[in-house]
Amino acid sequence: MARRSFTNRRELEEHHFHPAVLVAVPLCAVFLGSYLPKIWRPLDILDLPLIVVLYFAVSWRSAIGGTLFGTVVGLLQDLPSNQYIGVNGIAKAIVGYAAASIGLKIDVENLITRVAMNFCFCLLQSAVLFVIAHFLVGDGDYEMRPLHELLRATVNALVAIPIFLLLDNTRIDD
Amino acid sequence: MKSFFSRYKNALVLLAVLLAQVICLASQMKRADYASRADNKHVRIARAWAAYTITPIEQLLLHTTGGVRGVWSHYVDLRYVKQHDRDLQYQIDQLRLREAAMAEDARQGQRLQRLLAFKQQYVGTTVAAQIVGTGGGDQSRILVLDKGTADGLRSDMAVITPDGIVGKLRDVFAHSAQLLLINDTSSGAGVLVVDTRSRGVVRGNAAGEVVINNLLPDERIKPGQNVITSGGDHVFPRGLTVGAVQSIAPDPDHQPYTLITIRTTANLSRLEEVLVVTNVAQQIAGDTNTNLSDTDASQQKAAEVQADHLPGLQDSKTPGVTGDKPPGADSAAQPGVVLVKPAPTLHADRFTPGAVPPAADLRPGGQHSAVTTMPAPRAKPNAEATREP
Repeated sequence: MARRSFTNRRELEEHHFHPAVLVAVPLCAVFLGSYLPKIWRPLDILDLPLIVVLYFAVSWRSAIGGTLFGTVVGLLQDLPSNQYIGVNGIAKAIVGYAAASIGLKIDVENLITRVAMNFCFCLLQSAVLFVIAHFLVGDGDYEMRPLHELLRATVNALVAIPIFLLLDNTRIDD
Repeated sequence: MKSFFSRYKNALVLLAVLLAQVICLASQMKRADYASRADNKHVRIARAWAAYTITPIEQLLLHTTGGVRGVWSHYVDLRYVKQHDRDLQYQIDQLRLREAAMAEDARQGQRLQRLLAFKQQYVGTTVAAQIVGTGGGDQSRILVLDKGTADGLRSDMAVITPDGIVGKLRDVFAHSAQLLLINDTSSGAGVLVVDTRSRGVVRGNAAGEVVINNLLPDERIKPGQNVITSGGDHVFPRGLTVGAVQSIAPDPDHQPYTLITIRTTANLSRLEEVLVVTNVAQQIAGDTNTNLSDTDASQQKAAEVQADHLPGLQDSKTPGVTGDKPPGADSAAQPGVVLVKPAPTLHADRFTPGAVPPAADLRPGGQHSAVTTMPAPRAKPNAEATREP
């Protein structure tokens, strides 16, 4: 029987997923992100792709993996919208990188940590989107609405809890 | 050098990814007609792929849920149907009465437009479409329709509901289309405040509200006043309902303009089905309208009768006007020109035409007849001035 030896904490807490999961879950998140607001418009406050990026980035604990995964998911998210292609790509690449980096240092299995992490990264993404809209795109109509961003971060952090628990079941760790 | 790359590998990858996307973003912004947020003339192939991938799934989901809902509502949940039927019948009766009154108003409006030779746009043909999805996110107010170029849809077509305007088409694919809602920041429509006739442009703001921010302060504009399309944008036909003025406040960002918030009559957050205006019929108001021919004929008769009772320049029934051509009036030979001759004099005096000899007959120092005024007999209205020998 093959035994796996872990040499450090990173390898100890690094999780692996089936490739089908890595393809299907982001696609589902992007699809639901565009379909759920059709059922009830206020659901557009949900950012399911962001939650998925955060989950996989902290699970892999690889900054490069998180960056690339965030980029791909962000670009997919830009396609059905009327935004420039790359706006969400840049934002989610930064979030994926930061989440993977922080995943090495804190215990991301803890429920409170997960909530706090989702809340903070949602705000980080809003800040990055604001910077992109104002300084790269030059969109003067883009407004930072602090209350709305706080509400969005709270809602996404709460929704992330069951999604993270659901995605925990897709790990194929030994 | 090798240790540098291996040490900062993660950061370098992040920088490379960000740089590539910034370049991609810049290229899109440079080609504004190709990928700008509003009024695209071309569709990026990646967006087309996304639409072709996502829309069929959304349509399938929509039909599935629609089928389940249909079975429930058509076969299971039939309570209150009779009461509903009675209510609807009452509404139909009321609507018929209103329709009769409005038809009369419309006829009057068309007559007035004809007088002004006003070029009016009407909603010609429409295509009904269902909402199957959204653009995702709260910064992108895009809806996905289940109809596309195969159904005759094109970019920049107006999208309406019976309640009011909704938006216009942005990217149109073979079997789906993107609807840009009027509350998107990149949207816009020419509107008219009905009571004040003030023209403005409605657009969306970051909060998803519909606002007019290009009007100067006007005390006549009050909350509750209706706002309709002006037709000036060549997208929305004129006269479609947009909404009502909700609030008016000074625009802090664009002084001295005001920020007028509009409450749209169409519920933009609960759209299920919409109508795409595929053909805007342009009609000059002077065109013959068969429905109005009888009314117009009677109207003309009424005008003629009324004209008989009023003094007019072209009154052919006045004796002495037709057929009498003043000497030297060459212009009378021109078609369409009617010479006006005054009515016969009742009391002749020295100013009466013909009372004095022509200037050619007068000689310096010579005698000429004097004109005396005398009261004309009432029985002879056409009495001529007497001339002394």
